[in-house]
Amino acid sequence: MRFLVLAAAALAAIPATAQELQGRNLAAACSICHGTEGRSATNDSPLIPLAGLPRDHIATQMRAFRDGKRPATVMHQIAKGYSDPQIEALAAWFAAQKR
Amino acid sequence: MKRREFLKFAGATAGASSLASLAGCASAVPSKARVVVVGGGFGGATAAKYIRLWDPSLDVVLVERESAFTSCPISNLVLAGYSSMQEISHGYDALRRHGVQVVQDEAVAIDAQRRVVRLGRGDDISYERLVVSPGIDFNFGEIQGFEAAMNSGRVLHAWKAGAQTVALRRQLEQMRDGGVYVLSIPLAPYRCPPGPYERASMVAAYFKQAKPRSKVLVLDANPDVTSKGGLFKAAWKDLYPGILEYRGNAKAIGVDPATMTVKLEVEDVRGDVLNVVPPHRAGDIAQKAGLITTNNRWCDVDWRTMESKAAPGIHVLGDATLSAPAMPKSGSMANNHAKIAAAAIVEILGGRTPAPMQILNTCYSFVSQKEAIRVSSVHAWDEKDRTLKTVPGSGGVSAARTEAEGTYAWNWARTIWADSLG
Repeated sequence: MRFLVLAAAALAAIPATAQELQGRNLAAACSICHGTEGRSATNDSPLIPLAGLPRDHIATQMRAFRDGKRPATVMHQIAKGYSDPQIEALAAWFAAQKR
Repeated sequence: MKRREFLKFAGATAGASSLASLAGCASAVPSKARVVVVGGGFGGATAAKYIRLWDPSLDVVLVERESAFTSCPISNLVLAGYSSMQEISHGYDALRRHGVQVVQDEAVAIDAQRRVVRLGRGDDISYERLVVSPGIDFNFGEIQGFEAAMNSGRVLHAWKAGAQTVALRRQLEQMRDGGVYVLSIPLAPYRCPPGPYERASMVAAYFKQAKPRSKVLVLDANPDVTSKGGLFKAAWKDLYPGILEYRGNAKAIGVDPATMTVKLEVEDVRGDVLNVVPPHRAGDIAQKAGLITTNNRWCDVDWRTMESKAAPGIHVLGDATLSAPAMPKSGSMANNHAKIAAAAIVEILGGRTPAPMQILNTCYSFVSQKEAIRVSSVHAWDEKDRTLKTVPGSGGVSAARTEAEGTYAWNWARTIWADSLG
């Protein structure tokens, strides 16, 4: 039983699909400001944690930054570097992370 | 040690070092690991952590000569008295909790054929994949008299955060009001393009508060400010008129601590505190291991995996790399390089083929105690040119210096420290 739990935990680290791997790798770049796996590094972070946010919300906000519909200090410049499929992969991956 | 001697020694002692491990020798250095990482800065620490996050079945050994990491980002605020050495220093215990075996020692040689790293204490660790994140060392010889002046403590670079940061802060505190602080900047590429201009701003902010008759004189070997130029110059004009003077095309070729002068090609400039940053190259271990490929200074890599173009099985990260187009030598980039390497190593050791990654840079610089400015860029693999290139239309700089950017700058610092070492 314990072995099965450990094996499941170890397997969980390996992304099951190509989109999951793409999402994980894209999201890794975000963590310099948003924290490892989208969880805030400090209690008083000015940024909302991305881990566990609804997938549609993340994708909609990224597109709003990219298309100039949501004002920002930096995200409008960064979001322009991401295609729709990349945004979908990112949003799905962050949404699947535990808070 | 010469390479041939090391090869001979590595062969002769392979049996002995495994016996030492079996006997439970006090150093507890493993004789082998799937992955060994040399250097515990933004690149190496992040690589060690993320390999463990992404494949906990891999054993990772991190070799780092210091007992704690000292961050270059925010170290300019220490010079101004706005931060402390304690705040910018971070230990390696959190990496140990991720299952990384941290060995405090210096990697003194690498045998790429046998896949062995030699430690200063004499132990060898064999690896399947090696990550080398050596940071920079300096070409002291390009500034006549510098090395002796530095060793005497008279002229500092403080371009690796640590003891020289503390010493430079003391020199600034001891300088008389009315004195001149001279900052000499080498030709690009160098570590942290906006870093010197942030440092000039921080020292000017300190003088404005504490020694208002003093001056900051920036001698830049480059023709103009190399990063966030408009934003820095606006801040200097608004905040530090009469305190901060900037001169481009002012390349230092020597220093004389007896007369406290920096020698330029056409004149000598006197100061009370001389802060001279010599030109850099990839760190010493990269040079010893034959990883330097370009201009005797930098290590070229395959940007899909960070694997060295000189040595298969060795991934080189951070400031030591021959930068891709429009890619700065920054902590953010080193942290992102590490994630490319970590993903690639996990895929390769798992028998799969790594896919190219897209990474990003965000660098904040303080221009006063509270206000900061920023530059960002997104870098994606270009199949035609076989390198990472900035994504057209993405990236840019802050609209203006603001306290909000200062708040985000502190968030970036605390978050990247935790992402790399936490």
